[in-house]
Amino acid sequence: MDGTAPLFRMEGISRRYGGVRALEKAELTVTAGSIHAILGENGAGKSTLIKIMAGVVAPDEGRMTLDGSEVTFASPAAANQAGIVCIFQELSLIPELSVADNIVISNPPKRFGMIDRKAQRRIAEEALARAGASDIHPRALVKDLPLSRRQMVEIAKALARKPRILILDEATSALTAADVAKVFEVLKRLRSEGLALLYISHRMNEIAELADHCTVFRNGRNVASYPAGSKSDNEVVELMIGREYSHIFPPKPTFAPAATPVLEARNLCWADRLDNISLSVRAGEVVGLGGLDGQGQRELLLAFFGVLRGLRGDVLIDGKPVSIASPTAASHGRIGMALIPEDRKTEGLMLPMTVRENLSFAALDRLSKAGIIDRTAEQRLIDDMVGLLAIKTAGLDIPVGALSGGNQQKVVIAKWLMRQPRIILLNDPTRGIDVGTKQELYQLMRKLADAGAAILFYSTDYDELIGCCDRVLVLYDGAVKRELVGDGITEHALIASALNIHGDDVRIGQGERA
Amino acid sequence: MKDWRYWLAEQRGTLLAFGIFIAMFAIYSGNHPAGFTANVVQTAANKGVLLAFVAMAQTLVVITAGIDLSVGMIFTLTNCMASWLVIGTGLETAFGVLAVLGTGLICGAVNGAIVIYGRLQPIVATIATGAVFFGLALLLRPVPGGSVNEDLADFLTGRFFGVVPASLVALLVVVLVIWVPFSRSEFGRAAYAAGSSETAAYMSGVPIRRGKFFAYVLAGLLASIGGLFLTFFTYTGEAAYASGNAYTLFSIAAVVLGGVSLFGGKGSAIGAIFGALAFRTIGDLLFVFDFDPLWQPLFQGVILLIAVSLGAFALFRVRNRLEWFL
Repeated sequence: MDGTAPLFRMEGISRRYGGVRALEKAELTVTAGSIHAILGENGAGKSTLIKIMAGVVAPDEGRMTLDGSEVTFASPAAANQAGIVCIFQELSLIPELSVADNIVISNPPKRFGMIDRKAQRRIAEEALARAGASDIHPRALVKDLPLSRRQMVEIAKALARKPRILILDEATSALTAADVAKVFEVLKRLRSEGLALLYISHRMNEIAELADHCTVFRNGRNVASYPAGSKSDNEVVELMIGREYSHIFPPKPTFAPAATPVLEARNLCWADRLDNISLSVRAGEVVGLGGLDGQGQRELLLAFFGVLRGLRGDVLIDGKPVSIASPTAASHGRIGMALIPEDRKTEGLMLPMTVRENLSFAALDRLSKAGIIDRTAEQRLIDDMVGLLAIKTAGLDIPVGALSGGNQQKVVIAKWLMRQPRIILLNDPTRGIDVGTKQELYQLMRKLADAGAAILFYSTDYDELIGCCDRVLVLYDGAVKRELVGDGITEHALIASALNIHGDDVRIGQGERA
Repeated sequence: MKDWRYWLAEQRGTLLAFGIFIAMFAIYSGNHPAGFTANVVQTAANKGVLLAFVAMAQTLVVITAGIDLSVGMIFTLTNCMASWLVIGTGLETAFGVLAVLGTGLICGAVNGAIVIYGRLQPIVATIATGAVFFGLALLLRPVPGGSVNEDLADFLTGRFFGVVPASLVALLVVVLVIWVPFSRSEFGRAAYAAGSSETAAYMSGVPIRRGKFFAYVLAGLLASIGGLFLTFFTYTGEAAYASGNAYTLFSIAAVVLGGVSLFGGKGSAIGAIFGALAFRTIGDLLFVFDFDPLWQPLFQGVILLIAVSLGAFALFRVRNRLEWFL
């Protein structure tokens, strides 16, 4: 393979989002007729890399060459023109249009200036057949299809564009085993037809079966490139982690757990996203939720908070079964639950409203007498919270949108602490905030737990789970795959169980970082 | 599933609107003192097509997940213009018609440019432009008046072969010349795609901006065709504020009745036409029942509420409550 000239090459590519470095001088070389796997943890820069390749974001610096000549892509359409087609993790299908409409969307066949529906139908049927999904009717609306079928449509859509480089970003994450097998057949055939394929997946077994070549990304850089099969799973995991621990976590107490759990779930099931989940959280305990992104962790938190309908199984508070019908019910009365949402901008804050108003929203019923807000009580409580969380703001009456990300997140947390919740659900609360604020949040979390709160904490950052949690439940495909306790919470164990490969395979080498 | 079932699912909104219209019209003509005669149909058609044109215009914008609150005012402005220009010899009349339609196009283009390139919200942008259009209409016709080429007017509001209302034929022609090509063009599909999921459309390399712009421009054109027909029916131009606003609001009602989703990406102008015709018939029902006309707004409102509620049943099936707010 060394004899062939590279089809596509990226050199010195960097990209920052605000102050956060997503890619730093990354390199990548893609050869025709091969499948190239890209590995890395959440946030290692893989998504940014392929977004740059696909013309969705522009790099801050660096150059890309296709067939030896330099290229830049102003838009996804431009990248498509050049023959680079990406199947994104977040689906790019248009829900109200039919399968056939979607497949030809970027370049529909035309006759007399109008879309030729017969030709469109033919192209769609061909593409679906090539993707091994002839069971999907071209006229069905995308929104009516289940997730696994939509993903097959995505693949068909990509094939219909006759790509030279096909990028698959977690394209198999929602597929059934039978579909995965079909897709693999297709990918291998495409390879033999001379396409270059970039394959991003967390599933080690898939990479072992498919890839010719692997590149590992870590902290925005490509740290290793090697022919597939030349490294063991364990070595690959080592490459993926390989970073320093930062000692920013408060010490964990050695505590004797209380008898009855404050929050308990028994056999929770919801749609096809939650699969028979049982767990318990005691007062004073921080329980982590781990696993790859999108394995049902968010849904689990939403289920507890009364957002999901048609939930099966039992939720118990203080050992008594309850049915929680809405966030209002979850936060009121003896349940006393709070959910710190993942997206503070849409689910946590009213950005144009003031810091004061935002802080009071969740506790208005406690702050008012006969429907009128008691301003003195409000002020007192707000002062407490601003002090407790050290929220840095130029005043309580400025829009909360003017605060920094870290301080916005503090406002979201403070708003719920105003109710003095007994159960706190945290959905990836440190995403996109600076290290200093993170450290404060870790300490706060431990303080709240010490004061008797039961905390359920989902994070995509393994360091946080290790540093903060007394126990971690690792979810995979909507089910709890493994429970890690105390010293058993290690990066090795977390990553191995998140990838759903056997823990034993990677246990070697664990002592190194103890 | 068979192909025809998919077709049925696609056309459900349109068919529902068609059904409502047929039911309403059957009740109407059944109770009309004159019965189901060419005359009754012609009068109903002439009243109905005006709203149908404006509703078609509204549909195009609503499909892109926008809303056009200036359609009624474009309709009024072009009515005033036509009362000056669509007159005289055949050639002069033809020039007048072109000028009126061109004005509609320009109004639509202004709306589109402001919304798409100026990135203003459609609702605010079109309230403002609507006020401007009405202002221009007032300058053209401070008091009602003017006239129109009556030969052309009578031809287009009369009957073909003594039975077929000419206005309905005109509506059909407009559907065939404007709506069908648009809905089957790449831009039409881009308009749907942008309304359904703008990010997905962008990621797929769809010409979103051009699609949306096209939708606004054609909306202006359709509203001006409505204005032209209003002139043919009334022989005059009038800058009537209340009537312009009523047409705007009724067009939104007609669009919803016609199965077009206000969230964008779904529905067809054909549905909106039946929605408009049904809406007009509901309004006229009370006359044939000899009720006090004072009851009309209330009655119309209740029927409308029932009709639009039919579309809301899907909310009962939502399983993640956060989806209510999407």
